[in-house]
Amino acid sequence: MFTHEFMRNALFAGTFIGAACGLVGYFVVLRAQVFAGDALSHVAFAGALAAAAFGIDVRIGLFAATIVVAIGMGGLGDRARADDVTIGTVFAWILGLGVLFLAVFTTRSSAGNGTAAVRVLFGSIFGLSGSDAAIAAAVSVAAIAATLFAARPLFFASFDPDVAAAQGVPVRLLGLGFLAVLGAVSAEATQAVGALLLLGLVAAPAAAAHRLAHNPYAGLALSTVFAVAAVWLGLTLSYVETQLPPSTAIIIVATAFFVVAAAARSEAGWPLRVPRAMRR
Amino acid sequence: MSIDAAVFQGLSWNLPADVRQLLAFHFMVNALEAGTAVAVMAGAIGWFMVLRRQTFAGHTLAVIAFPGAAGAALAGLPLATGYFGACVAGALALAGVSADRTGSHSRESAATGTVQAFALGLGFLFVGLYHGLLNGISSLLFGTFLGISDTQAHTLVAVAAVALALLAVAGRPLLFASIDGDVARAAGVPVRALSLGFLLLLGLAVAATSQITGALLVFALLVAPAATAQQLTARPLPGLLLSVLLGLAVTWLGLAFAYFSIYPAGFYITSLAFGAYVLARVARALAARRTAAAAGH
Repeated sequence: MFTHEFMRNALFAGTFIGAACGLVGYFVVLRAQVFAGDALSHVAFAGALAAAAFGIDVRIGLFAATIVVAIGMGGLGDRARADDVTIGTVFAWILGLGVLFLAVFTTRSSAGNGTAAVRVLFGSIFGLSGSDAAIAAAVSVAAIAATLFAARPLFFASFDPDVAAAQGVPVRLLGLGFLAVLGAVSAEATQAVGALLLLGLVAAPAAAAHRLAHNPYAGLALSTVFAVAAVWLGLTLSYVETQLPPSTAIIIVATAFFVVAAAARSEAGWPLRVPRAMRR
Repeated sequence: MSIDAAVFQGLSWNLPADVRQLLAFHFMVNALEAGTAVAVMAGAIGWFMVLRRQTFAGHTLAVIAFPGAAGAALAGLPLATGYFGACVAGALALAGVSADRTGSHSRESAATGTVQAFALGLGFLFVGLYHGLLNGISSLLFGTFLGISDTQAHTLVAVAAVALALLAVAGRPLLFASIDGDVARAAGVPVRALSLGFLLLLGLAVAATSQITGALLVFALLVAPAATAQQLTARPLPGLLLSVLLGLAVTWLGLAFAYFSIYPAGFYITSLAFGAYVLARVARALAARRTAAAAGH
């Protein structure tokens, strides 16, 4: 399995992308922003196709679209953080734009019927080159570092935004920054598991960890481990059973983690016990 | 799009003539008939969906339609079976997920997201296994407004009629349960049964709609007209009517624009719906400012 270069690239990039998704995903679930993550993954689709339609690097379109929209959502939805209706309306439209770019792209390139769209929607982790994998690793490491650096105030701001704000934690800025990191992770993960499936890698390991762990830091670690394990097992499964697309295999493993965790602990794990030191 | 170049004349800016030309094509009549049924149904059910804050569930159901259709194609069943089967199963799964409530919204949405990604992953697997469908993947996801058969259109009208009838019967208690679940439960309204019933109805509407708009764009017709209507009025009946009318206007205009241009109907429909939403928000903000100014004097 390790003799193939595409497999080594996939495992290398997938490890870092999985770790970033698991880490960021834990906060996404904690902050009840799964729907925002869902929206960002669809934005990634529109961004990638816009870049393809205008003939620029897909990666630029991905990152520009997800980060700009993430910051826009953070700015709009501050007063009502859980305003799912606004998010839903905006991303329905952005999907419509994605369809337009898809049409522009397919008429211009006359290259088959939407294979580019399929690649964006469902990922192509086996198609990553060595430099792609290196860039994916670098972006993921940056996202992981940013999240870990801000982990403590971010926990505080997520548990109790009012008290955190009163104690001088920049709650608003943290929220914006977090969404921007989520946008970057979404853009990177789109290349591995695809725009439609990345929500599984963000939500499922984190949801499993939330069920199992009482301590937030333990949960964070567990979520990361689950996500990386899902990538490794998924890639192996897909390598053994070639009919199974790698992104589907990864999501199936991640879902299995969640189902097992939910069966093992249907009630516990929530609400989190906040360590005393963090309440201060 | 295969349009006979000899008959197709393009936009002449002579409105009656343009409409006549539009209606001269059978496929266009079918698209308008199906679009009308879908818009009315999505407008009404979407209004309740937005009221109940179930947009994420609605989107997940919409997305589940895709593996349903792909699986049906793989198994050699009619696509409609796949759409309806998957959406009903998805509604039951979502009801199960939200039934084990310990009061935590975020955990519920994480489970919903997991269900959604898993369903999409399966869909991709089915498409991969059934090679003939690979080219049809974008039509499953983004719809084929302009290739609707007579039977499809009639089925959609029937489904919409059933859905609206159910909504008319259950509308009052559903409204009560959506606005204040606890009081409704105390008054003897079967809140849990209604909630399951509504999810099933939503699944039905989504299954019907996604056959035309595709799995990814159903959501636009469900959420945008309803959200616009709720920006403009909080009263139930005018709100429902407004939502339905907006859905209709957006669908008709979107189809007409798509006919006269090379770009897909989905783009026009979502853009018009979003434009209406933005206008409604701006209008509401202006009105709020005016009343604030009037109160200040």
